[in-house]
Amino acid sequence: MSENKTYIQSICMIQNNEIILDGKTILKIEPTSFSDFSKKAYQNFDVNYPKFFKMDGLSKLAFLGSELLLKKEIGETKENNIALVFSNKSSSLDTDVKYQKSISDKENYFPSPAVFVYTLPNICLGEICIRHQLRSENSFFIFEAFNPAFMINYSNILMETKKADKVLCGWVEYFDKEYKAFIYLVGKEGDFEHKIETLKTEYNK
Amino acid sequence: MIREVYITETNCITPIGFDVAANIKNIMGCVSGIQLQHNLQLMKTPFYASIVNNEELNMAFSKISLTENYTRLEKMMILALNPIVKESKLDTKTGFILSTTKGNITALENPSSANFKKAYLSQLAKNVADFFGFKTEPIVVSNACVSGILAVSVAKRLIQSEMFDNVFIVAGDEVSEFVLSGFNSFQAMSDLPCKPYSKNRNGVTLGEATSAVLVSSHKKNAKIKIIGDGSINDANHISGPSRTGEGLFRSIESALAEAKINTNQIDYISAHGTATSFNDEMEAIAFNRLGLENVPVNSLKGFYGHTLGASGLLETVIGIQSVLERKLFISLGFYEIGVSQSINIIEKNEDKNIRYFLKTASGFGGCNTAVLFEKVK
Repeated sequence: MSENKTYIQSICMIQNNEIILDGKTILKIEPTSFSDFSKKAYQNFDVNYPKFFKMDGLSKLAFLGSELLLKKEIGETKENNIALVFSNKSSSLDTDVKYQKSISDKENYFPSPAVFVYTLPNICLGEICIRHQLRSENSFFIFEAFNPAFMINYSNILMETKKADKVLCGWVEYFDKEYKAFIYLVGKEGDFEHKIETLKTEYNK
Repeated sequence: MIREVYITETNCITPIGFDVAANIKNIMGCVSGIQLQHNLQLMKTPFYASIVNNEELNMAFSKISLTENYTRLEKMMILALNPIVKESKLDTKTGFILSTTKGNITALENPSSANFKKAYLSQLAKNVADFFGFKTEPIVVSNACVSGILAVSVAKRLIQSEMFDNVFIVAGDEVSEFVLSGFNSFQAMSDLPCKPYSKNRNGVTLGEATSAVLVSSHKKNAKIKIIGDGSINDANHISGPSRTGEGLFRSIESALAEAKINTNQIDYISAHGTATSFNDEMEAIAFNRLGLENVPVNSLKGFYGHTLGASGLLETVIGIQSVLERKLFISLGFYEIGVSQSINIIEKNEDKNIRYFLKTASGFGGCNTAVLFEKVK
């Protein structure tokens, strides 16, 4: 398989209070919490999507990166068959811990459905699909560390078997105030070949 | 030329049996794993759930390992995989997929740092993988309630991509206070054993189980062929299904297109049927939109409860037995049709030749998965 080459069309990196889109810093602020940073990013890019403030940290992170990459991709009139293939290390553990606290004291027991729903890592995919009206293939994976070989094999076979025209791939790690998003769009045209070495280099930038 | 992909081995560990034959025997006898539970650690009032007996579990595990360093879920996963991995050569072309929603989430109840590490799904996968000595990095699928069936689709795709020739899948989840309280906070728990598609259904009954299969590019010993799949999001709501069943409708269409068969060729559907008002209604609408309303359909939740990340794979394993044994199994807990559009619920065990079998599931985050299987000649 995989005789047909695929290409990385655009990359968004979010870490250390900075957002880099295709190699250019498009937002950088003084060190602050993720919730403050994500709010500033939301304002800076005129996102205008109030549901954003109900999301947990993982969903906000995945949402922001996807927003910047998909803004120019999504046509109003045609359907976009862009698959989502995301992964991370900590699953939804940040929200899991928060939810566990709400049930750990029998005298002060307050489980909330609004928190519980975010105790699944794939919820961030649902948020992105709703935002961009993507009725497309989506799946969430957990690895010890970013796994470029898997990501390439899986996203390429989705395009090769015509399950998707393009694939938005992502590593979205969020736990206990630490975060890193490395999200990139892969398609059948472009100049920047979709290869393991390239992904490793870009991920470690 | 895209490779053909088969399932060649299956197994499951559930409250109604520690192998496939025992499970089928109980299904034939209409024996459910769901019982009234009095467990104050899990919930302050009695509740219905399908739970694996600890003594039986430890007894079975002691026959394959004397190590006590495994969690309940790890023991159940190792037991499910053991008979099918035992004889196999594990090389760099053999993949390992673990499907779960919450893994060892109970580790958070006692958050010492050593214990906390167990809550990582990659750690769970490593513990299970190391027991058998897999040579490749474990792949964890955690995609809410479609995880178990999505794992089949992921295995098939990775074999098609030639990354692997064989992929072992284990799927499992445990009944925990975490999940019980969460479903309860959504008011999504049934006060009686769940009644999928019935008039008076009022929610899920939770359950626990593990299940394992070997997905292979080799036809030898094939139990069934995987011929098409789709896993498409509703893009509608994060905690409820689309009213029109859009994502499920498209997932089935995608699977049919790949398999190059028509809806009228499907002989049996093993559906999700959680017995929540919205899920069952949504499925009935999606099946009707596709013209599948007369195809015999069941939900196995009446036997196992909703086993979350295990359910899709467990129900596939049982569905494969339906095909092999030429039997449609009863949709236990069904009384009177309670969805707005008619579907053909299997009301008693009966004989039927099945060539094409469809498995579907849907879950939080708007996810849906459909996989089509064909009997091997």
